[in-house]
Amino acid sequence: MNILKVENLTVSLGKNNIVENIDFEVKKGEVLAIIGPNGAGKTTLFRALLNLIPYSGSVKWQKNIQLGYVPQRIEIDMDIPLTVEEFLNLRGSNVTKIKIKKVLEYIQLDEKILKSRLGEISVGQRQRLLIGWSLLENPDILLFDEPTADVDIHGQESVYKTISHLRKKFNLAVILISHDLNIVYQYADKVMCLNHRSLCIGKPSEILQTGHLQELYGGERGFYDHDYSHHNHQH
Amino acid sequence: METSFYLSLVTAIFISISASLLGSFVILKKMSLVGDALSHVALPGLALGLLFHFNPFIGGFLTLLVAIIGIWFLKYQTNLPVDTLVGIFFTTSLAIGVLIIPEQELLEAMFGNIASISFNESIMTIILSIISVIILLVIRKKLLVNMLSEELAQSINIKSRQIEFIYLLIFALSVALGIKSIGALLMGSLIIIPAASAKNIAKSFNGFMAWSVVFGIISAILGIYSANALSITPGPIFIISATIIFVISFLFKKIRS
Repeated sequence: MNILKVENLTVSLGKNNIVENIDFEVKKGEVLAIIGPNGAGKTTLFRALLNLIPYSGSVKWQKNIQLGYVPQRIEIDMDIPLTVEEFLNLRGSNVTKIKIKKVLEYIQLDEKILKSRLGEISVGQRQRLLIGWSLLENPDILLFDEPTADVDIHGQESVYKTISHLRKKFNLAVILISHDLNIVYQYADKVMCLNHRSLCIGKPSEILQTGHLQELYGGERGFYDHDYSHHNHQH
Repeated sequence: METSFYLSLVTAIFISISASLLGSFVILKKMSLVGDALSHVALPGLALGLLFHFNPFIGGFLTLLVAIIGIWFLKYQTNLPVDTLVGIFFTTSLAIGVLIIPEQELLEAMFGNIASISFNESIMTIILSIISVIILLVIRKKLLVNMLSEELAQSINIKSRQIEFIYLLIFALSVALGIKSIGALLMGSLIIIPAASAKNIAKSFNGFMAWSVVFGIISAILGIYSANALSITPGPIFIISATIIFVISFLFKKIRS
């Protein structure tokens, strides 16, 4: 069953099309990764999906869908006095202590963190917290805009492990913008290469071949075989 | 004389409450300077009120409203940075205000005079301050999410633009409420300084809002009492009291860390 169907989506800024004629769909429980160079329109595509900017074409979400969005980063001064608990309570009026406790378990954070300020916890913890925030209302799909852009290697792994764990547990669909081709190979069911237009879409094993990547990134960029075979062993 | 003193005191306290509560949101986005400059926009409106004998509150509120709708519109229609726009337009309106305000009224327009406020104006100010506080408290969660990330707000169906617009309206109202008593120049500081002090000591957001309001009230009381004792206009004393509180809170923060 499709939970999202995008047809002929175009977003323009002045005379330039930032993204153009995009078609794709996402099924329940499916992980779609969107890859592409900087400035390819990935974040713009997300903003259109969230109806934050005007677009032409059609974006059809399943009726009454609950979206969970995980931004790259939070935009305020991190010095601000806002506790983790207060932050989680911002999600809505149905947030209860029991729900918060459960969500902390899912994202593997200790309850002690509730009293900490948002600025005191690590970036990796903060990203997991953002995932937790979106889980409070039982979403059908999670949207990640490079969730680990500011996170160190160790933190990145914990963020992706959390995503993968949750996805299995709740049969969540995920749309993920990522630079990291290893992550895409490891976690995605479907990959879309975006550089203003959709250049290719398919299974990671078909897409992540040097030919496609060269077309996408325009350079000598390849995906190293030994890297993903290594990850495969882990599965 | 006694009644009018207490009336001034209560009015100042209410102006302070709505300004300092608003302040805890204004400094979230590092918009302090924008807020400060924005308050200058009230000056030309105030001047028109003085020249054509209508209530300067209304004049100030209207020019603020036009400016705010202007920013809001430009922000969504162009990609110009808001702080640049504010810096240019608002300092210009300060200049225009200074030119058209009759010289003998200039000091009062810039620094206010709470003693010149009538009974009816005080009651009006108190009621509008209460309304502004209630609206802010009602939208506080949505406003906060919207400030954290617009995308995040949109993903949970918060109408970002609407919330932002209400916030700007409250901003215009809070500044306008204070222009006659505190002055158009100083009102911006009354919004920022108590919140900046509260940020130094609060551990949670609720604490932050509460401390900001407490500091606002203390500044108002100190300002009105010392102005009365020294027979000077309270606006500047108001701000100096707020600044002293800021210095103390800053020392407190340093000692604690």
